Amino acid sequence: MAGHPKPKLAVWKFASCDGCQLSLLDCEDELLAVAGAIEIANFPEASSAVMKGPYDVSLVEGSVTTPHDEERIHAIRRTSNVLITIGACATAGGIQALRNFRDVREMTSIVYARPDYIETLTKSTPIKDHVFVDFELRGCPISKGLLVEVLSAFLHGRKPNIPNYGACVECKRRGTVCVMVASGLPCMGPITQAGCGALCPAYARGCFGCFGPKDTPNTTALSAVWKDLGVGEQDLVRAYRTFNAYAEPFRRESEAHEQ
Amino acid sequence: MSSKTIKVDVLARVEGEGSLQIKIKDQRVADAKLVIFEPPRFFEAFLRGRKFSEAPDITARICGICPVAYQMSACNAIEDAFGVRVNGAIRDLRRLLYCGEWIESHALHIYMLHAPDFLGYTDAIRLAQYFPDAVKRGLRLKKIGNAIMTLVGGREIHPINVRVGGFYKVPTKEQLSELMEDLKWALIASLETVRWVATLSFPQFERDYEFVALKNPGEYPINEGRLASSKGLDIAVREYEQHFIEEHVEHSHALHSTLKARGAYCVGPLARYALNFDALSPVAQEAAKSAGLARVCRNPFQSIIVRAVELVYACDEALRIIDRYEMPEKSYVNVEPRASSGYGCTEAPRGILYHRYRFDDHGLILDAKIVPPTSQNQKAIEEDLLEFVNANIEMPKDKLQLQCEQAIRNYDPCISCATHFLKLRVEEE
Repeated sequence: MAGHPKPKLAVWKFASCDGCQLSLLDCEDELLAVAGAIEIANFPEASSAVMKGPYDVSLVEGSVTTPHDEERIHAIRRTSNVLITIGACATAGGIQALRNFRDVREMTSIVYARPDYIETLTKSTPIKDHVFVDFELRGCPISKGLLVEVLSAFLHGRKPNIPNYGACVECKRRGTVCVMVASGLPCMGPITQAGCGALCPAYARGCFGCFGPKDTPNTTALSAVWKDLGVGEQDLVRAYRTFNAYAEPFRRESEAHEQ
Repeated sequence: MSSKTIKVDVLARVEGEGSLQIKIKDQRVADAKLVIFEPPRFFEAFLRGRKFSEAPDITARICGICPVAYQMSACNAIEDAFGVRVNGAIRDLRRLLYCGEWIESHALHIYMLHAPDFLGYTDAIRLAQYFPDAVKRGLRLKKIGNAIMTLVGGREIHPINVRVGGFYKVPTKEQLSELMEDLKWALIASLETVRWVATLSFPQFERDYEFVALKNPGEYPINEGRLASSKGLDIAVREYEQHFIEEHVEHSHALHSTLKARGAYCVGPLARYALNFDALSPVAQEAAKSAGLARVCRNPFQSIIVRAVELVYACDEALRIIDRYEMPEKSYVNVEPRASSGYGCTEAPRGILYHRYRFDDHGLILDAKIVPPTSQNQKAIEEDLLEFVNANIEMPKDKLQLQCEQAIRNYDPCISCATHFLKLRVEEE
């Protein structure tokens, strides 16, 4: 393919912790090979060289929380052939979407002495609420193996092979004894999308939902089981309100337990 | 009357979003600002009403680069509130996990974010075309740091195995021993790193910083200690807010921290090294000496060497911990919540990270305060820029701008942390 230009990749950041884009740099074994196959055209965290768009693939990390970012995401969409969101902030609004359940002015005044210096929207929202998204890669943080899979799938024009089943499947495959059945530990595995490799149960703790809701999660049934294990209403509300609090099934279920 | 402006709208190779603005008027800097426009995320607000046991996992999400630092400062503060002390093998495992984060973060900064500045490349990928062995060494070092975090913490970004009082599950001696071969290589590679960065050329520039770091008898500070400074501060962590204040300035979404008595101060590798040289292991001290470092380094551009010395220390310390490790019977110490306040401070790769929480008698958080290292360094960074530009006012603007960016990267600033970001703008009016 001599003379064929390498596909151009851009990485964009909105409100986030930087962890998901760090996952790209954490691909230590693959990074130089990836850089050989694609042009890293815009990735400020890693490079001060910036190539102009349009870009073949844009990875977007973070949620929309400011009036400026609300505009910026449209400009990014216009210059991107494929737009992939990475991580719980970009796909569900992130932990900062906890503001969506409260008065943001009050929150600003708790953190900042001069709230008048702060420009912020009342809600933290996922990228798909603003522009068309070609693919969402979930997780808080994303798993780097899945990131490499999604990138190679889009670069080769095929569908990414990303699980949409629950984390329970990964526990079974890994041979982890169910922590909820065997030890009575509250676990969000039955309603949480797979992708992390069912880490927490392997470390003797219940899943806490980093990858967000799986397809058709039965949150009502899970809440009933948790209550049987002695979990109170307020604890249920908090369990659904973490990194994927504003994902629809988690939001609805948390509101059902809020008095 | 002549004036000019140096502007960098998006500062690259830093963690988060910021810009630099320097205004020069009549051959003097009129104003130097590190502008942080990373959107605010309000952690301290939504921590209110959360349970103590959730704080390590929630605060980890402030920063994907140093989640362990957040988890450790949170655990320390909560354990302080509830009157619990964690010792022995569990304390050692925490220190090992933290060494993993230091190795990962320092290797990332030295090889991928900072070295390209000194050698004139835009990034490590391009650097790798000319210095393939060095970049590969850096990547493998980083990978080994990540391997420690993955084994002890469950995963490298936002580890899942940390709980208040200890861990959910502790590794066996055999599992830890599997890291030994890689770590022995890492120790040699980190010594190689010190030699490599010592050959870089550094601008002549020194400042009389007040260095602030933890000090703990018998060890290089990572997990705990008293807060000490090069100008005589010596306080317990719980006295932090009596001596340090946070100010909200208009150009930044990060709060600026200053010492009430004396103003700007510097945290991070330079500060830890200056205050704790004697606590470094012999191999790390020897590496520092052979790189030509004195016991105190006041040239911020040489922070890359100090960071490499700390890389040596972290590999060496990780090996010692694994060597003496005996798997504890229980993976955590029981914690009973009570109405109380607690204070915690640990050494994130970028410097001291302070947490304070107040709890009700069910262990729900009534209020929280978090002061990350980058917000503490902001004022020192702005003062560095002011002095550096004044001393180099004749330098061509392009070169000056690059060196100003580099001066910011000296601090490995983490803007995501500081707002719980960063842009560079230099203006000549």
